[in-house]
Amino acid sequence: MSEAIYNNFIKDDRWKYITDGLKVTLEVTLFAVLIGIAIGFLVAVIRSTYDKTGKLKLCNFICKLYLTIIRGTPVLVQLMIIYFVIFGSVKISKVVVAVISFGINSGAYVAEIFRSGIMSVDQGQFEAGRSLGFTYFQTMWHIIMPQAFKNVLPALGNEFISLLKETSVGSYIALQDLTKGGDIIRSRTYDAFPPLIAVALIYLALVMLFTWFVQILERRLRQSER
Amino acid sequence: MNVNFAQPLIQVRGLCKQFGELKVLENIRVDIHKGDVVFVVGPSGSGKSTFLRCLNRLEESTSGQIIVEGTDITDPKTNIDLHRQKMGMVFQQFNLFPHMDIMKNMTLAPMKLQKKSQQEAEKEAMVLLERVGLADRAHAYPSQLSGGQKQRIAIVRALAMKPDVMLFDEPTSALDPEMVGEVLNVMSELAREHMTMVVVTHEMGFAKEVATRVMFMDGGHFVEEAPPAEFFGKPKNERLKAFLSKVL
Repeated sequence: MSEAIYNNFIKDDRWKYITDGLKVTLEVTLFAVLIGIAIGFLVAVIRSTYDKTGKLKLCNFICKLYLTIIRGTPVLVQLMIIYFVIFGSVKISKVVVAVISFGINSGAYVAEIFRSGIMSVDQGQFEAGRSLGFTYFQTMWHIIMPQAFKNVLPALGNEFISLLKETSVGSYIALQDLTKGGDIIRSRTYDAFPPLIAVALIYLALVMLFTWFVQILERRLRQSER
Repeated sequence: MNVNFAQPLIQVRGLCKQFGELKVLENIRVDIHKGDVVFVVGPSGSGKSTFLRCLNRLEESTSGQIIVEGTDITDPKTNIDLHRQKMGMVFQQFNLFPHMDIMKNMTLAPMKLQKKSQQEAEKEAMVLLERVGLADRAHAYPSQLSGGQKQRIAIVRALAMKPDVMLFDEPTSALDPEMVGEVLNVMSELAREHMTMVVVTHEMGFAKEVATRVMFMDGGHFVEEAPPAEFFGKPKNERLKAFLSKVL
């Protein structure tokens, strides 16, 4: 047992594959989440503005096209298309490609989550804001969004957990992430159990940590409703 | 004779509203003067609420003009948001912002739209809260209040913008009977201070007491309007007579 640990993690500083990989996974997840939220927010506002007012018809069409394509194809295929086709002839960091791919992919799901949140806020809230003299976008920002965000927080948390785990398919473009790190160790030691279990435990720990964090946030946001 | 030669605060001319084929309002003509307390009554589905909601364009009219303080607000070039700042509205369902405490509910619009300092906005909010007897609830959240309290807050939230006219859309219809009184008290106090008010309601007794004018709407028209004594005492229109016999 201790020999297995020594061989897989200590010898030749192999633990560094894990820690370096973890760093890449966290990096990709963090920036992809940020891009996903930005895209998702924008698309959700455009779509619900169209739903509520009938304005932004063309933008709404483009958004719907984006949602259909991104949600209708596997993320792995999207990743490979972006890496081998779009950036095929350009020298570009795999981390950047992964961030862009996962960000664009996540944006589509976040958009629909945000939109359902916006539509779940009572129309009366909207009218109250407008009747006080707030513009459409001020009403959205000060009154609708905070309530929508609170309503969708659990769904949003779920989306980020999936995203964190999804980044493991980055191995397909030889992204040196956590999964790849474990796999490299396996290929050196021919001992699959310790590195892959270690990788699994690290993902699990991250997800549990994040779930706990979302729960705290949720509880704090719910305080006003008691 | 109560003749007012000044220009009306709100002039409605030829107002029509259609939902698809359904004509909800037909060729409405109304003048509302400063200090008027106008009550709009009528059977449900007659277009009362639609009329009220057209006055601040929460409902877009199909045709006609609504001239508020000299400006036609149905003109797409009019900045409706600026006008709404001067037209307070109170809803049947209160529509307080549940994610903000009472103080924040009341100070949000004055601070963001009238650029008041937080200190100034909170001071003014406190004065209003004291008037309606809810100063001690300033830092409660809407969910912690009773219906009557919520509606009183909704009224002072609108008043915090110092509006020229207040629109009430069935303000007591969603309240438990024992809470109606506290809301009506606030409203009659406003009327005594000569706030211009347009009230859609089913509270006939209250209309009799505080209205300067009562208007009966039926089928998208105002079929009769009169001072309350005459309106309730000597109604002329047959449909109004039938309506009053049912509700009084």
